[in-house]
Amino acid sequence: MSGLLKLALKLLLGDRGKFLTLVIGITFAVFLMMLMTSMFFGIIQHSAANIINTGARIWVMDPDVQTPQNSIPMPDYVLDVVRSIPGVEYAVPLYVGAGLVRLDDGTYQAATVIGLDDATLFGRPALLAGRTLDIYRNNAFFVVSDANYAKLGSPKLGTTFEINDHRGIVAGIARVSIGSLFGLPTLYTTYGRATQDLPSTRYVMSFILAQPKSAADIPAIKRAVARLGYRALTDAEFTTRNDRFYEFQTAMGTNILIMTLISFIVGLSIAGETFYMFVLDNLERFGALKAIGARSSELVTMILYQSLVVSFLGFGFGMLLASALVAFGKLRIPNYAATITYQNILMALGMVLLISGISAYIGIRRILRIDPFVVFRS
Amino acid sequence: MILSVRGVSKWFGEAPARTDALRDISFNVDHNEMLYIVGPSGSGKTTLLSVISGILRPNAGTVLVEDKDIWRFDADSLADFRLHTLGFVSQDYHLFPRLTTLENIAVPLILRRVPWEEGLNKARQVLEIVELKDKAELTPNRLSGGEQQRVAIARAIVAEPDLLILDEPTASLDGDTGRRIVAFVRQQILNERRAIIVVTHDDRIYEYASRIIHMEDGRIIERPQSAP
Repeated sequence: MSGLLKLALKLLLGDRGKFLTLVIGITFAVFLMMLMTSMFFGIIQHSAANIINTGARIWVMDPDVQTPQNSIPMPDYVLDVVRSIPGVEYAVPLYVGAGLVRLDDGTYQAATVIGLDDATLFGRPALLAGRTLDIYRNNAFFVVSDANYAKLGSPKLGTTFEINDHRGIVAGIARVSIGSLFGLPTLYTTYGRATQDLPSTRYVMSFILAQPKSAADIPAIKRAVARLGYRALTDAEFTTRNDRFYEFQTAMGTNILIMTLISFIVGLSIAGETFYMFVLDNLERFGALKAIGARSSELVTMILYQSLVVSFLGFGFGMLLASALVAFGKLRIPNYAATITYQNILMALGMVLLISGISAYIGIRRILRIDPFVVFRS
Repeated sequence: MILSVRGVSKWFGEAPARTDALRDISFNVDHNEMLYIVGPSGSGKTTLLSVISGILRPNAGTVLVEDKDIWRFDADSLADFRLHTLGFVSQDYHLFPRLTTLENIAVPLILRRVPWEEGLNKARQVLEIVELKDKAELTPNRLSGGEQQRVAIARAIVAEPDLLILDEPTASLDGDTGRRIVAFVRQQILNERRAIIVVTHDDRIYEYASRIIHMEDGRIIERPQSAP
C-alpha cells in the first residue's frame, strides 16, 4: 500500500467514533437495501417457479399471456404445427390450471394442477417418495412437498382425496427447486388426466414446451409460431416477461422500489453527513497537508480511499447481516421468498459506491477550497 | 541568494474597508543565513511568511526562490515547491493528533512517495537530532509544548529543505528550552546550501540571528543589519 493511502487510513481509523458511525451507517443502508431487493428478487423468482421447475427451452403460448399462472388455452392443432417446424426437435403439451381438493375434514383447498405430457412426462419434478411410473396408475397425482404441502394435510403415499369431484391418490411426493409464490399446493399428473378431470374451456392446452435442435434454430421457430398467431419465447424471455409483469403491472415492484430508495436515502443521509463531519473535523489536518506540499489530486485520492474503505467495510458487514437474516428466515419461515442473487449484490454495491461517491464529493469540494493560510491563522 | 522578495504588497478586503497587511516589502536572504523578522503583533510578519511559503498569494510583487518566481507556478508546482524546497513550522505546530511522533515527522517524506518504512527510519534519525528518541511512539497529546515544537521542527527538516521558515518558534517554550532549540536549529540545520527565516517576538534568541529586519504596520522599518 502506498504511504499516502496508509496515511489516509491512519487518519480515518484514528477517529474511532466517526469511523464506526460511518461503517455502521453504511452497514445499515446495505442491510436494508439487500433485504428489500432480495425480497423483491425472491418474489419475482417464485412467481416464475413453473418456468424454472419445468426446464423447457421454448414456451409457446397465446400472445397475451404474461405469466405462467395465467395461460390462455390453445387448440391442439398448434402442437401439431409446432412439432412440424423444421428446427423443433420435439414439442409436448403442458396443462396449468387450478383444482379444488376436498380434504378429509370436509374443507376445500385450492391447488395448482400441472398436467405433464403423457408420453414423455417432460418437466416432471424430482421425487422424494414413490416412483415416476406410478403417475400412470389410476387417478395418480404427485404432491409437491413445499411450504404449502401442509395445506393438503401433509398427505403420504397412498393417501386418497377428491379433486373436482374426481378421486385422486398420492402416488409420489415431489420436490421442486423453487416453491410457488401464490400459497397454493401443487399437484402433478398426466396431461390426459388433468384435462379430463378438471373442467375447462373448449381448448385445454395451456402451453407447448418445445426443444430446438440447436440454439440457431430458435429465431426461425419463433417466426414460424408467430405466423400461426401465437408466441414462442425462450425460458429466459418468458421469465423476463413474467418479471416485467410483476415489476410494472402490479404494485409490487413500485412499492419495493420505493422501500429500496428509502433505505438508500437513509444510508446516504447517515454516511454523507458523518463523512462530511469527519472531513470538517479534519479540515485542519488536510490544510496542514496542503501547506506541507500535498497536491489537490493527492488529497482527493486520500478522501476517495477513505470513503471506499468505509463503503466496502459497510458493504461487507451489511451483506453478512442480510445473508444471515435471509438464511435464518428461510430456515424458520417456509414461505419466506427472499433470494440473494448476483443482481441484488451488484445493485447494493452500486448503491454503496454511489453513496460513497456522493459523500466523498461533498468532502472533496470542501477540501479543495481549504486555504492553508486560514488554517494557520486560526 | 536563496530568496529575493521584491515589492510585495498584500491587502485584505476592498476600499474603504481595505486592510493593508504588507506594503511594498523587499529584502533578500542568502544561503547560510538565519534571518529574523521581528515586530509587534499585527505588523504583518506571519502574512509575510505565508506569502514567502507559497500559501498566500500577494496582491503585488514577486517572491523569487532560487531565481524562480513562485507565484508564477501553477497549483501543483506550488505544492511541489512547498514539499521539496520549503520546511515550515507554524505557531500552532499543526501536528496530526492520530499519528505517532515518528509518523508525524515522516509525513513530508510520505508525500514525497518515500516508502512508509523508509520514511519512518529517516524520521527516527531526525528524532534523535531533536532529542526525542524515547517519544517516538507517543501521539502529540502526550507531549509537552516544547516537545511538540521539536516534533514540528523535525517534520520541517526531515526532507532537508533549502529554506526553513519558523513562525514564533519559542512562543510556547520557556527561555532555556527556546534558546536551546534555536541554537540547535542554527547549529544542526543551517549550512552552505540552506537558509532559515525566523519570525519572533522573543529578544532572548536574537543572539542566534545572522540578520534582523523589523516590521511595523506591514512595512520594513529598518534596513537589514547584522545581528548583535
